[in-house]
Amino acid sequence: MESVKHILEFKKTCVSYTKQTMAVKYVSAAIERNTITAIMGPSGCGKSTLLRAVNLMHNLYQNIRVDGEILLNGEDILSMEPIDVRRRVGMVFQRPAPFPTMSIYDNVLSGFALNGIKLSKAEKDATVERCLRSVALWDEVKDVLNKKGTFLSGGQQQRLCIARALAMKPDVLLMDEPTSALDPIATKHIEELLLELQKEVTILIVTHNMGQAKRISSKSMFMYLGELVEYGDTETMFSNPTDERTKAYLTGKMG
Amino acid sequence: MPIVCGGIVYALVTDAYDAFEHFGFFRFLTSSEWDYTEGAETYGALPFITGTLMTTLLALIFCIPFSLPVALFVGEYFKGTRIATVLSTVTDLLAGIPSIIYGLWGFYTLRPIIMALNISEQGSGILTASLVLAIMIIPYAASLSAEFIKMVPNDLKEGAYSLGATRAEVIRKVVFPVAGSGIFSSYVLAIGRALGETMTVTMLIGNTNNVPNSITSTGNSMASIIANQFGEADDLRLSSLIAIGLILFLITAAINMVGKIMIKRARIS
Amino acid sequence: MITLKTKNRLVKDKFMLWGICILAALTAVPLLAILGEVLLRGYDQLTWSFFTEPTPTAYKAMKAIEAGLPIPGGIANGIIGTMIMLGMAVTFAVPVGILCGAYLAENSKKRFAKVVSYLTDLLQGTPSVIIGIITYIWVVVPMKGYSAIAGSVALFIMMLPLIIRSTEETLKILPASLKEAGLALGGNKARVMMKVQLPAAFGGIFTGVLLAISRVIGETAPLMFTALGCSLIRFAIDKPISAVPLLIWEFFNDPNLQDLIWGASLFLLLFVLTLNIIAKYLAKKWNQ
Repeated sequence: MESVKHILEFKKTCVSYTKQTMAVKYVSAAIERNTITAIMGPSGCGKSTLLRAVNLMHNLYQNIRVDGEILLNGEDILSMEPIDVRRRVGMVFQRPAPFPTMSIYDNVLSGFALNGIKLSKAEKDATVERCLRSVALWDEVKDVLNKKGTFLSGGQQQRLCIARALAMKPDVLLMDEPTSALDPIATKHIEELLLELQKEVTILIVTHNMGQAKRISSKSMFMYLGELVEYGDTETMFSNPTDERTKAYLTGKMG
Repeated sequence: MPIVCGGIVYALVTDAYDAFEHFGFFRFLTSSEWDYTEGAETYGALPFITGTLMTTLLALIFCIPFSLPVALFVGEYFKGTRIATVLSTVTDLLAGIPSIIYGLWGFYTLRPIIMALNISEQGSGILTASLVLAIMIIPYAASLSAEFIKMVPNDLKEGAYSLGATRAEVIRKVVFPVAGSGIFSSYVLAIGRALGETMTVTMLIGNTNNVPNSITSTGNSMASIIANQFGEADDLRLSSLIAIGLILFLITAAINMVGKIMIKRARIS
Repeated sequence: MITLKTKNRLVKDKFMLWGICILAALTAVPLLAILGEVLLRGYDQLTWSFFTEPTPTAYKAMKAIEAGLPIPGGIANGIIGTMIMLGMAVTFAVPVGILCGAYLAENSKKRFAKVVSYLTDLLQGTPSVIIGIITYIWVVVPMKGYSAIAGSVALFIMMLPLIIRSTEETLKILPASLKEAGLALGGNKARVMMKVQLPAAFGGIFTGVLLAISRVIGETAPLMFTALGCSLIRFAIDKPISAVPLLIWEFFNDPNLQDLIWGASLFLLLFVLTLNIIAKYLAKKWNQ
């Protein structure tokens, strides 16, 4: 496995809804291990669609098709079993949605419960503490672990959802505008957290917020109308975009 | 409305008063004698309360393995598709069939089957009535449960899928816990339906005034004893039947109230 | 690559899907079985005379059976009785129900409206046999006899909560702008309700009335102690009268008349299901 240089690689990946519309067109890009890669672009450019394809979310719905290849550690996930892929690829959604019927403790462990993996009490405790510590939530909730996750604030809920994804020790963590529903302070917390987390996991984050991309990512993708227009070092892209469309977007001339 | 409902309670209570006064409220509830031989008249509601509870409970047990799949089919697996519309139309039509026709079907089709299978000799009884009753309450339980299953937010389901769960696991560990109180309340309301169902039970339960001792024995429910004997009863027996009606009314009212309150709570959360 | 455990979970998942499909499909079996049985056994009885002649006496029927002839007569007395009682019940239940429903929709916050709303639920959940007892106490006893009036009162009480609910719900989903536009033009509340809201809600209310009719038309228990039944074609509303479900119950209990049971059931079933389907179709159209 270690011989494969890129942890995730898109090869001519296409996503199409029904027959006519193609939401993602022939995207090819290789993602490096332990980096944060931001995917930017105006709404409707296919950035979320591309991200969701990595977690095979399209399999849940009829009439969405993915063509091309998406390699995870050199293996094409499109020909793999979705439930296996999803265990290795974590996902955090736009709106924080901890399971309302589970306690904070059980929410962190929900991945194991859902996959029917049995853990000893000691393993459980260790996992919960490790994950909550890595999302900087441990100190805030360690005394209320048996309370429902829905009692937490929005930012805390989102961190709980990140912890829930991290518990499965994923190779890649996908984040679909994870701070768009949060206030600026909670957003700042999450951004700091992501910078820490890239040491243990490769992060692919869709964001609407250029400032955020600049602050946290080392690589950036710019997508427009389903195409990958530009992909490279974040700094280079912001200071010296090669494509006119990227320039227009970054200077605010495009929604 | 308040006048109508107040009138109902008032009429039932005044007309049932004779029976309660004559036998005593608790003795009436717990006595299993139902004898209308002139001079030795004695009436107790126990056989019919037992009969009602047994048929209702059994009907509920038989109904769940079908109504829950229907609810999942319509509310989760095939949500919003044509085939789901077809299935919910089928259950709607099942709900529309008059109970006397269910009774006929039970009597002429199901009863011979029960007899042929040697489950009981006469074919009618608690079991036969419960089976048909179960079919009758499937639509109520299924359509309401489906409504709650549909309301489980997509965010939660996607969250669970993203952690690697299969659909069956998502249903067991996310959909059921989240929709649970709503599903439960729809079964409470289905019980409310089954308790008062009259014609079907009257035609299938065998109409004997004993406390049923097994699920294959014959008996009578509160509704069926009223349907059977109300027309020919007078004085004390009439009052006793009305007393049974009052008890039935109170039980169904209580169950329905509990169900409605639970549904309101489930909808809010 | 796929581990045994994953395979196991996937098999379970498939198993659940198929289990649900099969069990859900089985639910359609009783409907088809009932429809099939009633159709097969009843279709050849639906002749012209079945609808125009009253029920034969048990003696006449016995004679016919002995002679090997089909039982003479039909269910005209039941059909006419049902129509008379239903007609009276609808005539009163529709205006009263719409009025109550409009009141509830407009004043849902008031305490009294909450009580009324709760009692409507209570009445809707009351077993029909209890409605029969109540009508017996209220109408049959004071009038000193069973009558079509008593039967229609029972049906009225059963229809009322259904119509109230459907009126209320239809009015509640009307856009508020409709009412506001009416009020802005200077109409008072009652007039806006009569001229704007209720006409706009017509489709929903009509559907509700159809469903209410289909619900009560097959009711047997409440009619047993109120209308009683009668083997003659009758139009008097103060005398006992028959109804189609009552006839089915009579045929069920009388061995001589048993042959008529399937024709009567088929007629009732087709009537009820057709009403249901029409109501559902209208509701769909109305929603668009």
